Amino acid sequence: MKGATMSQGIEIRVTARSEPNLSVFRNMYYAMLRIRRFEERVGELIEAGEIKTPCHLCIGQEAIPVGICAMLDRRDYVWGNHRSHGHYLAKGGDLKAMMAEIYGKVTGCSRGRGGSMHLVDPDVGILGTVPLVAGTIPLAVGAGLASKLRGDRRVSVSFFGDGATDEGHFYESLNLAALYRLPVVFVCENNFYSTHMHISERRANGNICNVGDLYGVPSKRIDGNDVFEVYQAAKEAVERARSGYGPTFLECLTYRWRGHVGSALDLDVGITRRQELKEWLRRDPIARAKARLIELGLSENELVQIEESIVAEIEEAVAFARESPYPDESEVSTNVFSDEGAKR
Amino acid sequence: MISYAQAIREAHFQLLSEDPRVFVIGQGTWSPWYAGTSLKDLEKNFGRDRVIDTPVSENAVTGVAVGAAIAGMRPIVFHPRMDFMLLAADPIINQAANWSYVFAGQVNVPVVIRSVINRGGEQGAQHSQALQAFFAHVPGLKVVMPSTPYDAKGLLIAAVNDGNPVVYIDDRWLYGEIGVVPEEMYEVPIGKAAVRRAGSDVTIVSTSYMSVQAVRACEILAGCGIDAEVIDLRSIKPWDKELVFESVSKTGRLVIVDAAWKTCGVAAEIAASVAEEVFNCLKAPIARVTLPDAPAPTSARLEKAYYLDANAIVSTVEKILCM
Repeated sequence: MKGATMSQGIEIRVTARSEPNLSVFRNMYYAMLRIRRFEERVGELIEAGEIKTPCHLCIGQEAIPVGICAMLDRRDYVWGNHRSHGHYLAKGGDLKAMMAEIYGKVTGCSRGRGGSMHLVDPDVGILGTVPLVAGTIPLAVGAGLASKLRGDRRVSVSFFGDGATDEGHFYESLNLAALYRLPVVFVCENNFYSTHMHISERRANGNICNVGDLYGVPSKRIDGNDVFEVYQAAKEAVERARSGYGPTFLECLTYRWRGHVGSALDLDVGITRRQELKEWLRRDPIARAKARLIELGLSENELVQIEESIVAEIEEAVAFARESPYPDESEVSTNVFSDEGAKR
Repeated sequence: MISYAQAIREAHFQLLSEDPRVFVIGQGTWSPWYAGTSLKDLEKNFGRDRVIDTPVSENAVTGVAVGAAIAGMRPIVFHPRMDFMLLAADPIINQAANWSYVFAGQVNVPVVIRSVINRGGEQGAQHSQALQAFFAHVPGLKVVMPSTPYDAKGLLIAAVNDGNPVVYIDDRWLYGEIGVVPEEMYEVPIGKAAVRRAGSDVTIVSTSYMSVQAVRACEILAGCGIDAEVIDLRSIKPWDKELVFESVSKTGRLVIVDAAWKTCGVAAEIAASVAEEVFNCLKAPIARVTLPDAPAPTSARLEKAYYLDANAIVSTVEKILCM
């Protein structure tokens, strides 16, 4: 990807790369499409008035969680934010439990206390995604410290948006991770907007990936809409972390198609956004991956099968969520403290 | 017999020895300048990987401790001054305190947030604050304030073993207090107060350093024929309602002493609860002995007017006994 108009002069470095094999690639395509269809369905259900909890959709950004998580083990940690449906699914979170959570049902992954913005699946290394901007960045570093102290070689991945790099504890965290050489991968999903504000209105210097230089953290700006490129960058960063060489910072350029929150396209910020979106729609990470898969020899029939199985899974989840009961009112004050804490 | 500071150190030493999940992180952990003798040489005993001194990045350092706790460790994060801990409000209040509830108890946060009240000596408004009420207000946080060497050790061990975020507040004015401390590891249960002196005329409920002053006040009051009971709260949240209610039911009078601000403070909470639950036992209005609702001054003369001592308790007790 080149050409700079949509990113206001920000160039993307093009790297030579060796592509993954068909099977890995097919799995990543599947994972991206699964996120896309899930998000689209959630969007429809918001419009239908069935889903009320604030949902921040990541449509258009799917290549980043998928490319990164393809390199992770089940027990590695990922940390997310308000826009984490993609992180949750890419890391192996339970789709049905997330849909039920979005419906506020007791069968949800957080038993109806979390909604879209508080997702959890401890079995696959998702110990909690929360919406406070940049809040999970130091937590991810802490999980990296836990890994180092235990010597269990788990990697901790912190996903955050460009808006989070406007917070002070992002810089503190980057420094601590570098200082203690912790197995952390910082993944900035730079979609250029912090709610309604373009990056040029927020940062005196728009070049986010340079901040790693301050702390000696190897940093890379990559095309976040190219799942191959994300995968390659993740491979290097995750191996580095697992081998004890410390953190890496990846700035992944991407674009969110929908608004900051909700299902609608985010066109109220004016004409610039409309033109940008038009250009980024042409860089759809899923369409690009699909074209490459066809080149690599995946049959039309298999593509159809992938689509059908995803749609069926999502409809099953919607039915499950609709049929599930709400939490009982008696649960309103339970688990403020953990009773089982001392045992863990 | 060891000091309060030595008791804190002993608890750290034993916790670090017994539990590989425990580590200490915070500013000044390698320096007596910050921690007195309460962390002395621990980094030499356990290595600088487990006793970590940090840059002044309270927000991220506390977040790192919270994240490590979520990932199964048992960190003690150290804030040598409580004032500076406000920079870590996000990881403490938004993250640690909410985590268990939001995720329906599936992920707990066994972190101890240790902070020191370090006031007096003309240090002024940003080096003196006692913020126990601020943290006790938040669902999901426990708050303890030991006043004796025995409790300093036992409450720290209980806090680490609790499995929830516990704010452990010690006071530099207590570091030299001497007391009997068993050598073995033991817990002082969180949520249990202690009767420091039994009495029948009035109940004095006190926190932290003021418990020492309250016992001194009782000696003065005894000379005037007043028999006061002192309950050292020890645990600010949860607090021992049962013991306080029982004592007030017996004496019919209550004075609450907390060396922090009055408005919305710990004393206000206790007074409200007593009024709600055992109002009929009261023979006199409840009285609060607290700091004025003003920041801490520097000038020694103003400090003397600002901080509380046994005399402030004595005069308040005398006042309500005349009612």
